[in-house]
Amino acid sequence: MKKMMTPGAAHGPIADLSTNPLRRRVLLSLAAAAALPLAACGRDGQLKNVRGIDLTDAKWAADFSLKDPDGKTRSMADFKDKLVMLFFGFTQCPDVCPTTLARAAQVKAGLGADGSKLQVLFITVDPERDTPAVLKAYTTAFDPSFLGLYGDAKQTTDTAKAFKVFFQKVPTGSSYTMEHTALTYVFDTHGQLRLALRHEQTAAECLSDIRQLL
Amino acid sequence: MMRNTIKTHSLKLLCLAALSLLVTTARADVRIDDPWVRATVPGQSASGAFMRLTSSEPVKLVSASAKIADTVEVHEMSMADNVMRMKQVPALDLPAGKTVELSPGGYHIMFFKLHSQLKDGDTVPMTLVFEDAQGKRNSVDVQAPVRPLTATMPMGHGGMNHGAPK
Repeated sequence: MKKMMTPGAAHGPIADLSTNPLRRRVLLSLAAAAALPLAACGRDGQLKNVRGIDLTDAKWAADFSLKDPDGKTRSMADFKDKLVMLFFGFTQCPDVCPTTLARAAQVKAGLGADGSKLQVLFITVDPERDTPAVLKAYTTAFDPSFLGLYGDAKQTTDTAKAFKVFFQKVPTGSSYTMEHTALTYVFDTHGQLRLALRHEQTAAECLSDIRQLL
Repeated sequence: MMRNTIKTHSLKLLCLAALSLLVTTARADVRIDDPWVRATVPGQSASGAFMRLTSSEPVKLVSASAKIADTVEVHEMSMADNVMRMKQVPALDLPAGKTVELSPGGYHIMFFKLHSQLKDGDTVPMTLVFEDAQGKRNSVDVQAPVRPLTATMPMGHGGMNHGAPK
C-alpha cells in the first residue's frame, strides 16, 4: 500500500507517527503518562493542566463491593451519574483524614449547585476500630452526604489492592496507627476513573481539576 | 589564715555559681502557643493535639499525659510518594530559641483510648514533660481548646489561600 506522506516530510519513525493512528495513540498515551501533571489526551473528555494525577487511561481501580454503615452492600453502580471522590483512611487519624474530608466539603461547597452531583466515599483501612456507628458519625460530621464504607480484613486488602492503595498497621507504644496512601480518586459521571488528587492540593486546586469533569 | 578565708570564699562562690547554674538550667522556659485538640465523634477513640513549642534552652519533649486518654504519645507524620506515614517519636528536640510546630502535616500529640467524646468548645488539660541537657525534667500544664473535627488548618494558615500552585 502506498504510504501517504506530506511533501518534504522526514522519513522514518516521525513520518510513521503522522500516518499510523495506532502508534500515535500509543505514543501519546506514553507521553501523557510521562507528563502526568500536564496530561492532555487528544480525545474526548480530555483533562488540561490538572494539578492532580490524570488517570484517564488507567485500566485499574474500577470497582468495589463494601458495606455502608447501615449494612447495605454498595458498589460504583450505586453512584451512577454522580461525580465520586473516593478516599481510603481511618477515623483515628488526627491529621490527613480529617483535612482531606474537610477539603472535600470545601470542594462540595465550591461547586455550588453542582455540589449535589458530588458523592464522597470514605473507605476505612481500619475496620477493626472503625465500626459502622463511628464511620457514620465521622463522615457525616464533614457533610451529611459523605458515606463511609467498610469490609472485613480480606475485602479491605483486596479493595485497596485494586486501587493500588498501600496501607499497613504500625504499632505504636500502646496501640497502633495506620499508614496509607493519601490520594483521593475521582470518577466522572460515567463511572470512569479520571483523576487522583494529591494531599497537598488545596481545595481551590481540586475544584479546578474537578470542574473539568462536570 | 588569709588563705583559708580565700579558699572558703572561693568555695562559697563556686557553690553559688554551681547552684545558680543548676537553677538556670532546671528552669528552661518553654512557651506553648496556640494549643488545640481536634474534636471527635461519639465512639472515636483517638485524636490529636497541635501547638507551637519554643524553648529558651535546648530541651526534649519526652512525654505527655492527659486525664481524658489512657495513653498520650508524640507522633510524626510524613508524606512520601502520596503515602502518609506516622511513627511515634520517643523524644522531640526543641533547640534553644527555635519554634517547633506540632501541626497537621508534621508532628502531633496523639491521644489513644479517649474516655469520652471531645466536643468543639471543650478544653483539654494536659501535661507536657520536658527534659533539659542535664536530664532534669520539668512538667508544664497546658489547657488546650477543642476545635471542630472539620478544622482545616490552624489559625494563621490559609486553607484555600495558597499562592501559585506548585
